[in-house]
Amino acid sequence: MTISIDPQKTNNESLQPKGWLRYFSFSLDHKVIGIQYLVCGFIFYLVGGTLASAIRIELASPMSDFMPRDVYNQVLTLHGTIMIFLWIVPVVNGAFGNYLIPFYVGARDMAFPRLNAVAFWLIPPSGLMLVASYFVEGAAQAGWTAYPPLSITTPHSGQIIWILSVLLLGGSSIFGGINFIATIIKLRRPGLKLMQLPMYCWAMLGTSLLVVLSTPVLAGTLILLSFDIIANTGFFNPVLGGNVVVYQHLFWFYSHPAVYIMVLPAFGLVSEILPVHARKPLFGYTTMVFSIMGIVVLGLVVWAHHMFTSGTPPWMRLFFTIATAFIAVPTGIKFFNWVATLWGGKISINSAMLFSCGFIINFVFGGITGVALAQVPFDIHVHDTYFVVAHFHYIVYGGTVFIIFSSIYHWFPKVTGKMLNEKLGILHFVITFIGFNLCFAPQHWLGLNGMPRRVAEYDPQFQFVNQISSLGALLMAISTIPFLINIFFSIRGGKDSGDNPWNALTPEWLTSSPPPVENWEGEAPLVEEPYGYGKQFSD
Amino acid sequence: MTTLDSSKEIQKNNSEVNENHDDFRMFGLITFLIADGMTFAGFFAAYLTYKAVNPLPDGAIYELELPIPTLNTVLLLVSSATFHKAGKALLKDKNINAQKWLFFTAFLGIIFLICQLFEYFHLPFGLTDNLFASTFYALTGFHGLHVTLGTLMILIIAWQTRIKGGRITSQNVFPFEAVELYWHFVDGIWVILFIILYLL
Repeated sequence: MTISIDPQKTNNESLQPKGWLRYFSFSLDHKVIGIQYLVCGFIFYLVGGTLASAIRIELASPMSDFMPRDVYNQVLTLHGTIMIFLWIVPVVNGAFGNYLIPFYVGARDMAFPRLNAVAFWLIPPSGLMLVASYFVEGAAQAGWTAYPPLSITTPHSGQIIWILSVLLLGGSSIFGGINFIATIIKLRRPGLKLMQLPMYCWAMLGTSLLVVLSTPVLAGTLILLSFDIIANTGFFNPVLGGNVVVYQHLFWFYSHPAVYIMVLPAFGLVSEILPVHARKPLFGYTTMVFSIMGIVVLGLVVWAHHMFTSGTPPWMRLFFTIATAFIAVPTGIKFFNWVATLWGGKISINSAMLFSCGFIINFVFGGITGVALAQVPFDIHVHDTYFVVAHFHYIVYGGTVFIIFSSIYHWFPKVTGKMLNEKLGILHFVITFIGFNLCFAPQHWLGLNGMPRRVAEYDPQFQFVNQISSLGALLMAISTIPFLINIFFSIRGGKDSGDNPWNALTPEWLTSSPPPVENWEGEAPLVEEPYGYGKQFSD
Repeated sequence: MTTLDSSKEIQKNNSEVNENHDDFRMFGLITFLIADGMTFAGFFAAYLTYKAVNPLPDGAIYELELPIPTLNTVLLLVSSATFHKAGKALLKDKNINAQKWLFFTAFLGIIFLICQLFEYFHLPFGLTDNLFASTFYALTGFHGLHVTLGTLMILIIAWQTRIKGGRITSQNVFPFEAVELYWHFVDGIWVILFIILYLL
């Protein structure tokens, strides 16, 4: 078949602004939308990071002296919500998904370009609304989980704005998910089989399934919660005969899969990056595919392990412990596959590779504490302590955010045609890795010794360890400086990368860098072996 | 080349590209309906859990009257059939007939909504009376919102089925089929809702 489109003649070019202005337009080009997601997400990462710094400054001393306690609650709520819904989910799904998936399936755009643009443009207003809610009677204070009755009794306006914002972001996420499923299933280049797709496509397919199946449940739950707040109904208000545990079930039915929505795409991205920089085929492609789908299925039936202290009946504890422990199997398979991909490879030590290796190390640590937390006797002791905070950040920061940085170093030449500075990149990695572990490793100890999370004051005996943790947070804040310098200088003055600086075989590198408007000059290449290193690379 | 020309060019080229694939718009719609169905599933799960674990106080248990919801069930089932009739007429290029069936379907939808409101006004409980009352209104209200949207969409596609200048023809049936699928989905949800809320 032939797709005969002259890129000069068609599509957005004549309709939409050119140059950097197109990033502020309702562009339908998946590459522009991907960058919009990434930059918008990064701005919110800086906002959320500032809030995290405020939390760590407050916790450097045992007394509540840096900010009032209710402001502390608002800060931790906004930190969690911004980092999850405005940074990690949009970037790891929306940014890289939009940029890469059409290349990987050999298409010229996503299946529904307009829906795609709508999904992105829902994000900035809802994010601004969320941040602005601080100035209206105070932002939400009930944490990113918004558990009732706390969320019903705290000041209403902030909580309602929070709900509205999360509903819009959930809608954006669902539209994105529908688009990814349709693109991967229906828009593949003729001749390209499912089992020939790069691993990131599988990860995004699994993630999008989770998004489509679980996000609507969160939306329904938040609508009921808003009824409780606005209309004085009693769905989750025990005083009016309601049931708070129902909220927790419905909430975690979304929010446990949400962890996989945040981490599965990172699994896919690292599976793209490692083979390129180790010059070896991805180890165990088929097992990778099946373990992703296994995680999707299991991820939907483990939510109650967040609720072992909520009066869960014993049979439920037993079921959810076993189901959760089972997730370690597919996750472990993936971990060993990555290590085996590196094994005996011709490894280049560059920023992308370092961040990916950092991911593997941090993630296995977070995975182990995750299995520990699934055990009821242990969980009951550390529930709502800093141990959980440490575990979660090892998965989401040590896992996903490391991969976001790794991906930026890997695909920056693709997007701009310029290389990033390697020395600054390695400096960025070293500071991030040390800062991250310094910040979160001590929190395991704090949790095991009984320091509760989400409280501005704590027992003075924990002060020293908290100060170590705050020092780590300071390093993490500093680590963004070499990164930003690197980006700003490399965009203008970076070394030209050529079309394929890494000699990679995945389809996005088989066109020019940066790519033309409709991705390919002429027909999309048929890539049957995206990881065929060692076979085809002899010439 | 003016802007208008180039947008036509895009449409032409897009359809050329799309010829190589099945029409995936229906696929996208089905995915969306699965998501929408999960919202209802969440509501149903909440309702059933409340029913099982949260006993209502004495004197707060209501017998729901069955005649109106039964009539509503019949109305929606008949409307699904009339929509189907409209589709058959459209495929035979009998646009006038298709339009008539569509208007009849929309009429049934409006009657459904009127009956629903009539029921609301005659129920012995209000939104905030107790847990059952709140869940009842949340579920039927959310479904009623779907029926309202569906009825509006039927009226729009009925207008678009007109002979002069209408966009829906036997060659371009996607908007028609999309609304039809949505309408069947809303009917199906009602049947489940009727069983769970009124009969159980």
